Amino acid sequence: MSTVTSRLVEPAVGHPKDYRSTTVSDSHQDVFDNIKGTVGDVTVDNPKMRLSNVDVFYGEKQAIYDVSLDIANNEVIAMIGPSGCGKSTFLRCLNRMNDTIPTCRVTGQMSLDGEDLYGPDLDPVLLRARVGMVFQKPNPFAKSIYDNVAYGPRIHGLAGNRAELDEIVIESLQKAGLYDEVKDRFDAPGTSLSGGQQQRLCIARTIAVSPEVILMDEPCSALDPIATARIEELIDELRQNYAIAIVTHSMQQAARVSQRTAYFHLGKLVEVGETNHIFTNPSHELTENYITGRFG
Amino acid sequence: MPITTLLLLALCLAFVSFVIGRQRAYAVAKKNGGTKNLHSLPGHYGLMTGLWCALPAIAIIVGWKLFEGPIVSSLLDSSIPQAIHDRGSIAVDLYKNEINNLAASGNIAAEPSIEKQNAANRLISVRSYSSIALLILTIAAAVIGASLAYRKIKTDTKARPIVERIVQFFLVAAASIAILTTIGIVFSVLFEALQFFKQVSIVEFVTGTKWSPQTAIRADQTGASGSFGAIPLFMGTLLISAIAMLVAVPFGLMSAVYLAEYASIKTRSIVKPLLEILAGIPTVVYGFFAALTVAPLIRRMGESIGLSVASESALAAGIVMGIMIIPFVSSLSDDVITAVPQAMRDGSAGLGATKSETVRKVVFPAALPGIVGGILLAASRAIGETMIVVMAAGLAANLTLNPLEAVTTVTVQIVTLLTGDQEFDSAKTLAAFALGLMLFVTTLILNVIALRVVRKYREQYD
Repeated sequence: MSTVTSRLVEPAVGHPKDYRSTTVSDSHQDVFDNIKGTVGDVTVDNPKMRLSNVDVFYGEKQAIYDVSLDIANNEVIAMIGPSGCGKSTFLRCLNRMNDTIPTCRVTGQMSLDGEDLYGPDLDPVLLRARVGMVFQKPNPFAKSIYDNVAYGPRIHGLAGNRAELDEIVIESLQKAGLYDEVKDRFDAPGTSLSGGQQQRLCIARTIAVSPEVILMDEPCSALDPIATARIEELIDELRQNYAIAIVTHSMQQAARVSQRTAYFHLGKLVEVGETNHIFTNPSHELTENYITGRFG
Repeated sequence: MPITTLLLLALCLAFVSFVIGRQRAYAVAKKNGGTKNLHSLPGHYGLMTGLWCALPAIAIIVGWKLFEGPIVSSLLDSSIPQAIHDRGSIAVDLYKNEINNLAASGNIAAEPSIEKQNAANRLISVRSYSSIALLILTIAAAVIGASLAYRKIKTDTKARPIVERIVQFFLVAAASIAILTTIGIVFSVLFEALQFFKQVSIVEFVTGTKWSPQTAIRADQTGASGSFGAIPLFMGTLLISAIAMLVAVPFGLMSAVYLAEYASIKTRSIVKPLLEILAGIPTVVYGFFAALTVAPLIRRMGESIGLSVASESALAAGIVMGIMIIPFVSSLSDDVITAVPQAMRDGSAGLGATKSETVRKVVFPAALPGIVGGILLAASRAIGETMIVVMAAGLAANLTLNPLEAVTTVTVQIVTLLTGDQEFDSAKTLAAFALGLMLFVTTLILNVIALRVVRKYREQYD
């Protein structure tokens, strides 16, 4: 640890060159080289998902370096880090959304309830029904509110008849805390809702296919503070039934909603731990710099 | 001196004024402590000087050329003998024409008389005076304009707003040309159509089911009173267009979906331009493809299963027209499908939908209004298409929905009514304008609907 500290504070130490001649990329390289493994315990006792030694490449460029992390049941894990640190890319590995990007290549061992995510028997389409995803920008379909929520149950044949479908839609909207606001206008287009309502509609849509894990990629970054507070409450309620992984740029949000926090930097997982611990007493220099706002 | 030379001269003078004006602005600026103390940039002062130089000169050239003809012609009147005036205006015009030719080339068919020769000489001298006067006036206007502007180059002259306003004026003028042309076309067609409706009642034209436009050209002709019921023509147009759309819509849409959703970037970069080449093939080529290849093929196939197929069937023309508009449908649909936000596809995939479910249930419905707009534009193109049907569809105005029979279309009839030597005030010729008017109204309505639909779709995502 001490070498890392001394290098960051005093780049000239141990460097034959004059420190003013060091370019930005050199210092990046420096920081990158000195992230050696992850600080903290990446595993949990009873993991819902287990990822080990994951590497992700976009074409020639590597975006994720040897990341291992467990996702636990009934827990919210927050992934934080500066822009471009690979946290969203990592999140998209969990339901194989990266498959939709032609140049993307993922290696490593990943499993859901012990089942290999990249195994020959696993259909990525069905995986995405079990590992649902909520995106950064609310993206309701150009359909009615009802049809937005009913979309997933319909394509997976979850409801035998209209009454069952109604029940699923209503229950999902209730769980997403949107039912009371839209109960008289199920036929209105999903796009007619406000930003916060749209995002809760997208959460309802995800819940409707009864996933086991919910991934959220900066779900509040396009919302105002009041809508954000509603979504954060909702995330806390959803934790009772699902495993949740959330990527966020807001450290306050990570502190408020999550039980564990993972800090990513330059494609590496720097530190994992109890959220309380990470935000009050981080072990790694880089984590501390980030949460105290020195960069990011 | 030809008008182009004069215009070039005005432009050269304007350029020189621009350079001088800009230099003057720099000089003024230098005296007053730098260009920052000028109201506008030196280039604006230069442009102002140049425009002040060019605009009056061009106005004079255009005005002169507009009025030169009538004035010279009236001067010529005085040299025409009274005897010819007495023989009426046609004789006067003929006489003037001869003098003009004499002045231009020095000889006419007959040996010119002394009066004619004198008149021609006078014409030549008037013209040369006029030419010299115009040259002098042009240069004077340019120089005066430029020097007025030159004297206005001061630190507080607002050259930029002036230049901007003139530029805006030119842009408005350019935009107006297309609109004015459209209005002009509408009115010319409208007036001729009204002429037609004086001879044939509009009710007969719109509701009649018999089309036989052979009217008597000479008084002694019999048995050709002509009947102008346009319904068979519009039915023929609709039949062929419908067949074309039946071909173009499925193939165009499927190729658009493939290009937008499934094709790799490399495939797309090859296939899309190839598909658009279809749109670049001249319609006359499609026409003989339809008439010489597709029509006989359909006829042989029909005969082999015992159907009687006309050699100029609606089916052949429709199929080939459909192939022609495939690129329209596919290119426009491809654009709207690509415009559907990626977030929607991700959202659908994130719920465990397959690619084809995503395309069918999320992307396609989202793009539907735009696709409908594209299809309507393609339909109005099919309705107005002429060359293919002239070559491949028949001339017989059969009122039928059987695609194996020969039908004729509105555009084919317009072509046959107006080609060749025609009498311009007969109902037969004027009918072409009435047909053109109705065709124009039909495609206009389709286009308005299409544009509205497309605009509505745009609003949804912006």
